[in-house]
Amino acid sequence: MALTGIQIYKLLPQTNCKDCGFPTCLAFAMKLAAKQVELSSCPHVSEEAQAQLAESAAPPIRLVTLKANGHEVKAGNETVMFRHEKTFYHKTGLFVRVRDDEGPDAIKARVAPADAYAVNYVGMDLTLDGFAVESASNDPAQFEAAIAAVRSASQRPIILISRDPAVMAAGLKALDGESPLIYGADAANWEAMAALAGQHSAPLAVIGATLDELADLTQKIQGAGVEDMVLHPVATTLGASLALNTQIRRLALKKNFRPLGYPLIAFAGNDPVGETIAATQAIAKYAGFVVLDHFAPETVYSLLVLRENIYTDPQKPIQVQPGVYEINNPKPEDPVMVTTNFSITYFSVANEIEGAGLPGWLLVTDAEGMSVLTAWAAGKFDAERIAKAVKQFSIADKVSKKRIVLPGHVAVLSGELEEELPDWEVRVGPREAVDLPAFMKQAL
Amino acid sequence: MPVEIPKDTWTGAVREVTIGATAAEGGTRATTVTIGGATTMPFMHFEGSIPHRPVIAVEIVNHRPDDWSHLLLDAWGDAANDPAAWAKAAEQAGADLIQLSLNQTGADGNPITPESAVTATKAVLEASGLPLLVFAPGQAELDNELLVPIAEATKGERIVLGIAEDKNYRTIVAAALANDHLVSARTAMDVNLAKQLNILIGDMGLPLDRVIMDPTTGALGYGIEYGYSVMERLRLAALQGDAMTQLPMLVTAGYETWKTKEAKVGEGVPQEWGDWTARAINWEVVTAVALLESGADIVVLRHPESIARVRAAIDELMAVPAAG
Ligand code: B12
Ligand code: SF4
Repeated sequence: MALTGIQIYKLLPQTNCKDCGFPTCLAFAMKLAAKQVELSSCPHVSEEAQAQLAESAAPPIRLVTLKANGHEVKAGNETVMFRHEKTFYHKTGLFVRVRDDEGPDAIKARVAPADAYAVNYVGMDLTLDGFAVESASNDPAQFEAAIAAVRSASQRPIILISRDPAVMAAGLKALDGESPLIYGADAANWEAMAALAGQHSAPLAVIGATLDELADLTQKIQGAGVEDMVLHPVATTLGASLALNTQIRRLALKKNFRPLGYPLIAFAGNDPVGETIAATQAIAKYAGFVVLDHFAPETVYSLLVLRENIYTDPQKPIQVQPGVYEINNPKPEDPVMVTTNFSITYFSVANEIEGAGLPGWLLVTDAEGMSVLTAWAAGKFDAERIAKAVKQFSIADKVSKKRIVLPGHVAVLSGELEEELPDWEVRVGPREAVDLPAFMKQAL
Repeated sequence: MPVEIPKDTWTGAVREVTIGATAAEGGTRATTVTIGGATTMPFMHFEGSIPHRPVIAVEIVNHRPDDWSHLLLDAWGDAANDPAAWAKAAEQAGADLIQLSLNQTGADGNPITPESAVTATKAVLEASGLPLLVFAPGQAELDNELLVPIAEATKGERIVLGIAEDKNYRTIVAAALANDHLVSARTAMDVNLAKQLNILIGDMGLPLDRVIMDPTTGALGYGIEYGYSVMERLRLAALQGDAMTQLPMLVTAGYETWKTKEAKVGEGVPQEWGDWTARAINWEVVTAVALLESGADIVVLRHPESIARVRAAIDELMAVPAAG
């Protein structure tokens, strides 16, 4: 937690020498607390005070980055317990686990489709973040072979899983120049693992079943010079996991408790049904990284969408630019349809028209990023606004038939719109976008 | 190093609400369901008490809903042809409650009549001993025409009547008041709107332990984040002592999910969406679990497989021993 102006003042020389450009040390301290000046503007702070101030300026949850071949996955630096308070920033990284005893061919066959997977959700291509490679054999050579197999199919960041430092060393060597996550350190192996983390500048996952155990380990490991850590609070039920994740996030954010101020990793379990549920909880409740054992498009798609939803800015809906969107190269005689600029709305409609291969002009009004009914209820999608968009984007110049289709949900607007646009024919379309292609074929 | 567990201190609690009445209590239910009572955020067993687990209501319809996805109709099979059989099947599938949705039209395609709505409600009550929620089609006048006779015909059962909304709560609340029932109060994803409606309902004399609130949600991918956050905010307000937010919450996860293209459509969708049935069930389960994490006390579901999975999740979320 950041220090208050008064707390900072106590660490300053209190001589009011004005060298910083402020009349008093207190004035400077206030600016510093508000993050409007840099500490370096005061030439007289003691080294000790500098260290304390730097410490307090560090984020309460450390930002940890996994890197490989131009890909990065970041976790940490979160500032709130609930998404409505601000925003959750670093989207939970989703990883798929393979084991070295599966054999290189099987690994390649599992990794390649997961690596290539990209699903479009409201105009964004969502993908997985990387892979976890587990040494089940405990044989360094086999571990290396498994890592090589993953690397032959994917360049994304990797989580290395072994509790044996010798095996881990082999894995790290195989990924020289990257920052994989080392999983992990426990009470028995932490010294050797910390040494490896130091040598390879790779973050280290710390494993413990209780807060005490985790805090003990992170302090020892930090003492050994490792700063980048990730916590795995091991729990056997959803409820226990939720409690631990919440407690750790609270300690970090509310108490500025450094020993637990690190991002979290969760393993979603090995049965595909339970895995979806555990991953749902992990994404909603504070995990920075989630490891899945299965790659199935129908599961990954739902989890990726959940992640987008939980991590959106609660103040600002995702939106598209208002304007005229040309779908499937429309000609002047093709129909004009109107919708709002909420991304989910726009893409539901545009994808249907596009997917059906039908040409059309989609007029997207500025509804401040709201869905059709929300915008209608809020007075942001009414006849006046639609008419304004028609004029503003000069759609009449592009088409030969002045006919505009309203979303079925706002059929009530048709009378007013006819008044606003006397030379246009106003038609009411179906309520749901799924039914739009059929409507276009039959009625337009 | 001993770490002190950080506990939030709350002054408020969610009200306890009991749905259904046994013979001894003036109804005919085999069991009743009590929800609410929590003195902490969802599943934070270490800092407060959560006396009642969240429950699953299973949605059935007064006659075979041909507009439902055939994934759902296939899963329920012949049971979906008849509300009584459907209620029994839902009970077997793990329902804690039955939610009977009344369609605008009856089985014969003509507009639903109050008589047929009463008949369907009674048939469900006879077929299953579970407590019941009855939701009218959502059209002010029609809803009143249906719910009033239903409330009278089932006096004393402590049914939840829905949906009470700002424009249409008076008749429904009066019917609940006169016949020992409860109401479900729906508002559009807004803390203040929810409070306002609860105040209006309370002003009519219905004790608030006979009200549950439905803050409205969207499905995964279609606005779930708004529902999720408004529920967290309502629950936080309740725990901070705001009496008008201290009601258990109901969410229609099934209804919202099965409107989405992901659940409804199997053909002509991107290959990346994966297997249809598995995706549709995932969509419902992820929606429901996320909303449980944000404070739902009743989740209303549609697919039998979702019921089983969400039930297993609730078991695990409630299994935590109260630690020190
Ligand atoms: C998420 C949501 C919100 C979010 C906003 C999200 C956003 N950015 O728009 C929040 C919480 C902010 C919100 C606020 C409000 N909301 Co609101 N909200 C919803 C909710 C849950 C989902 C809306 C959604 O995203 N749908 C998905 C999109 C894709 O749907 P859509 O835009 O309609 O598009 C579909 C169709 O219309 C069609 N379509 C779209 N364009 C076109 C074009 C053509 C030509 C055709 C043919 C078809 C077509 O295709 C799409 C897919 O089928 C709905 C209830 C629900 N579950 O549906 C309520 C709902 C829309 N909200 C409602 C209300 C009343 C409000 C508020 C006024 C209440 C308040 N809190 O004060 C405010 C208004 C906002 C304000 N004052 O700032 C009401 C509207 C009631 C009504 N019938 O008028 C609803 C229906 C809830 C309810 N049952 O009461 N809301
Ligand atoms: S330069 Fe430093 S010591 Fe001088 S007034 Fe500014 S803060 Fe105080």
